[in-house]
Amino acid sequence: MIEFNNVNKFYGDFQVLKNIELKIEKGEVVVIVGPSGSGKSTLLRCMNKLESITTGVLTVNDLVLSDKKTDVNKLRRHIGMVFQHFNLYPHKTVLDNITLAPMKALKQSKEKAQQTARMYLEKVGIPDKADAFPAQLSGGQQQRVAIARGLAMHPDVMLFDEPTSALDPEMIGEVLDVMKSLAKEGMTMVVVTHEMGFAREVADRIIFIDKGQILEDTNPEAFFKEPKEDRAKLFLSRILNH
Amino acid sequence: MLDFSILTENWDAYLTGFKQTLLVSLLALVGSFALGTFLAILQIAPIKVCNWIGTAYVEFFRNIPLLIIAFFLYTALPTLKIQLDGFQAGTLALIIYTAAFIADAIRAGILAVHKGQSEAARSSGLTYIQTMWYVVLPQAIKIVIPPLGNQFINLVKNSSILTILAAGELMYQADLISSRTFVTFEVYIFVALFYLVITIPLSSAVRYLEQRLARTS
Repeated sequence: MIEFNNVNKFYGDFQVLKNIELKIEKGEVVVIVGPSGSGKSTLLRCMNKLESITTGVLTVNDLVLSDKKTDVNKLRRHIGMVFQHFNLYPHKTVLDNITLAPMKALKQSKEKAQQTARMYLEKVGIPDKADAFPAQLSGGQQQRVAIARGLAMHPDVMLFDEPTSALDPEMIGEVLDVMKSLAKEGMTMVVVTHEMGFAREVADRIIFIDKGQILEDTNPEAFFKEPKEDRAKLFLSRILNH
Repeated sequence: MLDFSILTENWDAYLTGFKQTLLVSLLALVGSFALGTFLAILQIAPIKVCNWIGTAYVEFFRNIPLLIIAFFLYTALPTLKIQLDGFQAGTLALIIYTAAFIADAIRAGILAVHKGQSEAARSSGLTYIQTMWYVVLPQAIKIVIPPLGNQFINLVKNSSILTILAAGELMYQADLISSRTFVTFEVYIFVALFYLVITIPLSSAVRYLEQRLARTS
């Protein structure tokens, strides 16, 4: 479903991604971990072309992203994305946040879009907030709305860019719970996170990235028990022992 | 003491001028807002030629006197067989001139909207134009309501230069009254009051809008 073939990305002279080889299959839950500045968010943002790659071939849903002729809007309709800072539209109600893209990009009727939106609000546990504005919600609630907004497009894959990093500790659980239930239902997910508990419990695969290179690509058990790379060992010891 | 008979005896002329000023201002407000928004988008769109055109427009028209634009439209365009009357030329000049300032304000507003907003919209499959229209512009305009309000007040006041095109607005009527009655003192004091009747409610409306919108975010 997502395939990186020898992908490189530069910001000017600085190489953010180095020789990325990565294949993600339908139904997989892949967690990307790594120190800050390692390129993990960039890697994720390449998957829906919020960032462009410099060289190599990147294929998502049978569309070649590196090809200029690829209709990027069409590609993005099938990829949901959840951001660290939620990025809900502050001037729109929760319901309007969720229905905007289905109505404008998929040309759904208002009734159908609202029906779908309410269904997903139910699913993320806040059906009573449909008419609230984002500023009236807690961080955890906002992030759940953002997840519902992504799901309302019926995506083939959901991308999560540090979805709990901006949350108060006591709200992290409610967001992770929603993500866990999504994973159980078979949603293809790529998650950049520092939540090692989530990674251990839910991930099918863990990708460890440092300085733009994929150093480990393995299952959670192997990764947490005995990572092969020293850099990964150091990372784990720092993140787990505090 | 002020001689109020100037006001009462010339009430009809003042009223005609008032209506005309109001009409010119409304048309120019809508026109310059639309054109200014379009120019702001040109300036920040991810297409170099558009940026260049938008910036050239803003820099050119912001830095020349409104009077030149008005004269040009009124007296120079007829040589190209385009004949505008004073009202049309004046309103168009006001639109062209004010749009440059509005573009600047709105561009600043667009840049002040958090990048995550357009990223969220674009990543959900909305086009650039849809993202601008539904997500970025509503937030951008809200941010720049105070400077926009100033521009609209300037616009009303600037409409007074239309008097030289005989556009029949307030200032023109005041000049007429003054040359007919040889009174200057009262005539100009009263005409100033008529301008205030437009601009003071306009600035309160802007303040009200600002407060009301502040509550929803």
